[in-house]
Amino acid sequence: MAKFTLPPHSVIQKGHTVNHLDNPQHPKKFIIYRWDPNTGGQPRTDTYEIDLAHCGPMVLDALLKIKNEIDSTLTFRRSCREGICGSCAMNIDGTNTLACTKAIADIKGPVKIYPLPHLEIMRDLVPDLTYFYSQYASIKPWIQVHTALPPDHEMLQSKQDRAKLDGLYECILCACCSTSCPSYWWNGDRYLGPAILLQAYRWIMDSRDEDTGERLDNLEDPFRLYRCHTIMNCTNTCPKGLNPAKAIAEIKKMLVQRR
Amino acid sequence: MRLRSHLAKIRGLGSARAGTEEFISQRLTAIALIPLLLWFVTALISLAGADYDTAVEWIRRPVVTTFLILLILVLFHHAHSGLREVLEDYIHHEIIKTIAMVSMKFLIITITVGSVLAILRIALGN
Repeated sequence: MAKFTLPPHSVIQKGHTVNHLDNPQHPKKFIIYRWDPNTGGQPRTDTYEIDLAHCGPMVLDALLKIKNEIDSTLTFRRSCREGICGSCAMNIDGTNTLACTKAIADIKGPVKIYPLPHLEIMRDLVPDLTYFYSQYASIKPWIQVHTALPPDHEMLQSKQDRAKLDGLYECILCACCSTSCPSYWWNGDRYLGPAILLQAYRWIMDSRDEDTGERLDNLEDPFRLYRCHTIMNCTNTCPKGLNPAKAIAEIKKMLVQRR
Repeated sequence: MRLRSHLAKIRGLGSARAGTEEFISQRLTAIALIPLLLWFVTALISLAGADYDTAVEWIRRPVVTTFLILLILVLFHHAHSGLREVLEDYIHHEIIKTIAMVSMKFLIITITVGSVLAILRIALGN
């Protein structure tokens, strides 16, 4: 059966509270999931109170402030701090999003930060995404061409065909959508999930690609594709404003069309 | 220690090249159920308070018999699709899944045959 409750070793305990502010102008509490593989034990949530008057506007700014000034053991991924790399994807205030593009001001009350749901945790806010990346590799996310082209010639694409990739190419593979999808939680070993299916559609839709049929063949499977029940969590959560649910629906339409 | 790569597991036995037919039949039965259920519920409301003989007479009308049997077939076909999806979603133990799936199929077919037979007995009996 699908597991609807956390296994005993994953039940979250209340952790430490760190608060040494003198006369804060804008105090704000951050409740953050912590788990260290070196000490093991139960995961816990630590509470840090910081002064927003001396902190940048985004949740990532607060995390960096906590790491730099309060607790250097706090572990999370981050890189570009502008929503283009997808490293800082985490569950903030109950929704998967990017810490670098989520404004603290948009969150009422304490800011609760957990790792992306339903993944193995490596440490604190760092989940293991290797299976997700292997699923990405399985759809062959590169162009497939059988026409022999002269080496000094580009593969041309009309402006109209290029426009069909808008809303697809912007995906940064942050995994917010896939880890928000209940179907991916229960069957993530076989279901490819919204992010990978959107990427698959990006190559299916590419006018230059010559393996469209093979790509559809590989997706036509009760688990790989048809675990999508149009729950729409993917589209609701996407921090880039993309629509994976629509991409999946388009793949299904093409499968119906080719019959 | 994990000796098999993730990619080997994901590629697995390959794509089943199936599911599209199931997808189409789910949608078609869902669409067919809209008028059928609207007709059925409206008819039930208009029959409310009527006596036994009126109800039997209603079922015996050829058009009503036809649509009642159609409703039963489409409804249970759709229910079968839905239950299959639920079992596939939530049961991960292969043996338990197979037993649940087969029992569900038998149950649905039994109810379908029983319901159709009931309608036919009323429609054709005396």
